[in-house]
Amino acid sequence: MTKTFSWIGQVLLYAMFAAVIGVFTRWPPYQHLPADHALIKLSFIHHGQRLQECQKLSPEELAKLPPNMRAPLSCPRERSPITVEVDIDGAVAFRQTAQPSGLSRDGAASVYQRIEVPAGTHRLDVRLRDSARTEGFDFERNEVLDLKPAQILVIDFNAEKGGITLQ
Amino acid sequence: MMRESVLAIWNYCERALDTLFGGALNPLRHLGALAFLFFWLLALSGVYLYAVLDTSVEGAYRSIEDLSRNQWWFGGLLRSLHRYAADAFVLVTGLHLVREWLLGHFRGFRRYSWLTGVPLLVFAYICGVGGFWLKWDQVGQFSAIATAEQLDWLPIFNSPFTRNFLSNEAVSDRLFSLFVFVHIGVSLLLLFLAWFHVQRISRAEMLPSRPLAIGASATLLLLALLVPVMSQGPADLSVAQGTIAIDWLLLFIHPLMYATSPGWVWALSAGALLLLFALPFATRSRRPLVARVDADNCSGCRQCFDDCPYAAITMLPHPDGKPGKEIALVHDDLCASCGICTGACPPSTPFRSAEPLTTGIDMPQMPIGALRERLEARLAALQSERRIVVFGCDCGARVSAMESSDVAAFSLLCTGMLPPSFIEYALRCGATGVVVTGCRESGCEFRLGNRWTDERLRGVRKPRLRSRVPRERLRVVWADRGDEDSLQAALCALRELPAPLVAAPIRRRRRGM
Repeated sequence: MTKTFSWIGQVLLYAMFAAVIGVFTRWPPYQHLPADHALIKLSFIHHGQRLQECQKLSPEELAKLPPNMRAPLSCPRERSPITVEVDIDGAVAFRQTAQPSGLSRDGAASVYQRIEVPAGTHRLDVRLRDSARTEGFDFERNEVLDLKPAQILVIDFNAEKGGITLQ
Repeated sequence: MMRESVLAIWNYCERALDTLFGGALNPLRHLGALAFLFFWLLALSGVYLYAVLDTSVEGAYRSIEDLSRNQWWFGGLLRSLHRYAADAFVLVTGLHLVREWLLGHFRGFRRYSWLTGVPLLVFAYICGVGGFWLKWDQVGQFSAIATAEQLDWLPIFNSPFTRNFLSNEAVSDRLFSLFVFVHIGVSLLLLFLAWFHVQRISRAEMLPSRPLAIGASATLLLLALLVPVMSQGPADLSVAQGTIAIDWLLLFIHPLMYATSPGWVWALSAGALLLLFALPFATRSRRPLVARVDADNCSGCRQCFDDCPYAAITMLPHPDGKPGKEIALVHDDLCASCGICTGACPPSTPFRSAEPLTTGIDMPQMPIGALRERLEARLAALQSERRIVVFGCDCGARVSAMESSDVAAFSLLCTGMLPPSFIEYALRCGATGVVVTGCRESGCEFRLGNRWTDERLRGVRKPRLRSRVPRERLRVVWADRGDEDSLQAALCALRELPAPLVAAPIRRRRRGM
């Protein structure tokens, strides 16, 4: 009798172990994005303009340099930080200034942000400033978009394609 | 305080399962071995899955889905088994960690095992999550992006990792090489680290006993058959996942990150890891004295070397210079101060005429000679007609509670410290019965103490209890703290032994009989 109880107990325990695994591998369902929402992904990786302009060196200045380093232009390495602004339907949804990467601040600056918005028609204004030597934004894009539920809109930057891209 | 409360609940559960399974088959007493079993199940099923997996963006989903739909009876079954074994691995590893923490198994000589065990959690997590990316379905997409977003929080990547998942065109076949490395490469590192984890344990339990292994494997196989794992549609980076069924045991960290922030999750993970790493150093307890070797009495028989549960003894050439003769060397930092080596040492027999009794390897805090003196004195002091000796240990049932007018109780560092000849010696010195007790089966605080004692008393391990010792006058009770009732029952049984049996002298048995 005791052995029977022991067998039943063991079977129940193994069943419980299986139930814990079986249940928690799929339940409860996780709602990552509300059903009637779309997702905007803002992702930039971009080299800002040089923080200072290149300077032409005078012959005297060149003469002071070692012969192998006598380049006619002296270009400081440091890049400008990048400022990005996203307005959705006229309201600021995101604003960030990203610093250039690298110890000498001469690398690309990057920005990544998820913005969840209700599906439907939205006015999108994206602005990017990549030079600290000038005032205002260097790139701007304004669009009215119809976003479907679960749609992902990627805002990127590609200088060859004219700046801010939407895909 | 909290640890003690949880420990009480844990002990209750462990004992409840002892009644169902017995100590040898109780899963809670073999969590580490079960983790190894699930790892091997993962490895075996993984070999086949890797062989059929098309490691390309286009082919990954299709190859795994084909397996589940067109070869469900083998490939699909293995796929489900692979996933469930991963879940089971995480579950038992977590429980193993909790158990060792509750039992305080992170200090002193166990520090090394604890410190090498903590990184295994990180490796197990990386392997587990990496497996979801390889099948490249919606859950894989969700997990890969969530992981990328979490990694990008750290200022270590020049180009954000998330840019690899911005569009379907951005994902390349080369990325799958990284996925393969994360899943398989890190699994191999996990195994390598697990080898370190058990390095300072002799006879490490790398697999549970056969019935337990069969039971656990069959459970997962049955689950795989009844509830097969299926993919949730191919990954599509132009569409965001709404509601998805995720594996909470392996992917819990992603919802946690979206509910809080990547920085919060990093802080929580780093904090938890630091806490686990700091635990052995946070509590300082006085280190007990370790075993000491007496060169004059050590014959180099290697029995202590064989029986030490923590590989704390090595053998060196004996200083007396006799060719081939060895001497035991105790490594202080590895010694658990359990005294099992003293129980294994042949010169520990109390029948020797040496005064004081000294042995080859002894515990300074409880020398074997002092135990003989105390045994003789206590037996002489017992006035009752029936005189019973109880040998127990400091970690099992409280033997001191058994002390009475007819009972002399001795609590050793571990029951494995008891040389079996002490039982015969007690009977010859006037004891009418002897009770040997220690922690429950598979529950020895020093891993092997009760197992070695049991084998020595059954005569299958040296030093053996001689066959002339009447077994009717010996009771062996494996009992934890709180199980003192079973000790009382054994004492009652010995008190009620028939008088002729108790009075019979212990005679030398003739050879051949």
